[in-house]
Amino acid sequence: MSDHQLDCQRLLCPLPVIRTQNKVKELAVGDTLCVVCTDPGTKNDIPAWARIHGHSLVSIEDKDDLIYIVVRVGA
Amino acid sequence: MARQHKAIALISGGLDSMLAVRVIQEQGIEVEGINFFTGFCVEGHTHAIRNHHKDKEKRNNALWVAEQLGIKLHIVDVIEEYKDVLLNPKHGYGANMNPCLDCKIFMVGKAVEWVKSNHQEGFDFIITGEVIGQRPKSQLKRTMPIIARESGADDILLRPLCAKNLPETLPEREGWVDRAKLYDFHGRNRKPQIALARQYGLNDFATPAGGCCFLTDEKYSSKLVDLWQARHSRDYELDDIMLLKVGRHLRPEPHFKVIVARDAGESKFLEGYRKQYPSLYSTSHNGPMALIDGQFKNHHDVETAASVVARFGQGRTAERVEIELTLPDNGTQNLVVSPLASEAIPAEWYV
Repeated sequence: MSDHQLDCQRLLCPLPVIRTQNKVKELAVGDTLCVVCTDPGTKNDIPAWARIHGHSLVSIEDKDDLIYIVVRVGA
Repeated sequence: MARQHKAIALISGGLDSMLAVRVIQEQGIEVEGINFFTGFCVEGHTHAIRNHHKDKEKRNNALWVAEQLGIKLHIVDVIEEYKDVLLNPKHGYGANMNPCLDCKIFMVGKAVEWVKSNHQEGFDFIITGEVIGQRPKSQLKRTMPIIARESGADDILLRPLCAKNLPETLPEREGWVDRAKLYDFHGRNRKPQIALARQYGLNDFATPAGGCCFLTDEKYSSKLVDLWQARHSRDYELDDIMLLKVGRHLRPEPHFKVIVARDAGESKFLEGYRKQYPSLYSTSHNGPMALIDGQFKNHHDVETAASVVARFGQGRTAERVEIELTLPDNGTQNLVVSPLASEAIPAEWYV
């Protein structure tokens, strides 16, 4: 279970990345955020964004036409 | 000990901005990237809505470039602010609805704001991958000083790939950057950039044909102008400009157009808009999802739209095709129509 959830359904990249980036600014180090997406590009882009900003990818799951990407906020 | 200077780089996802960063990194300067999302950006994902682009890797080139360079990338939503750039370009449009010079001034201006608000973290100057003569509208010798002046960047704007063809900037004068190690590229010849990329061991980079903006595309621009004419208003929302990227657009009447998906990927994408727009699809044959932008004035309009949708489905040669029309907040209607023959659709309907 993630600490926070962000709905990015129907948004095309890079909007899910931008929303994730803005949401993470509000969170504390160690928090987890689950981003719910429909654009398959998010499976590459959100992990790439997380890597370059020092956050870690916890999981990516496809379920019922939705993509659940969980990241943990880094320092 | 001298303070470490930092640069913010405009990252488009193409080769030039990638090289500009590498040139400055080679001088021991820390760089972070900034990328602006206007809503008109061409991304692999937008193409990937369509099934026949499924083989393309779905990646954001700016993020990919940042990762290759080992830099942070800040992606900024400028959709609302960008409207004024597109609707009122001081320097006019290029071949289509592309306000390239105003766009560059706007983006460098946003980078100036970034430098000002992050000066305490050591950001002192801006770099871009601009090359004199590379682009017919925005990258000319005479436009380089216009961009620097009107963006407010003035001499904190450094173009590492063509700096030797331009006056010295603050980072060069202050010795933060060694001008001798910058470049003098010019013109549309890409060979110097390719050679420099090889020198840096960069073999995989995006080379988008026609640039990275839908506004440079003739068909996209004509759809945008059609939208404004039909609404008697030069304005748009994000959904409008996203839908212009998808499907066939046919306008049987000035007061409505039909957006017909071209494949299953686009149908799925359009399905996401069914709560906002009237939608049509065939219930008797396989066929595309379609949306209506505008308003039906009478039943003839409804039948025309349904006949258009029937023409693009597998029932195109059938005598009768059943079409379901769903109106947001107003239920569904079932229609039975004859598909329009291909030759019965006037060429001028295609936007």
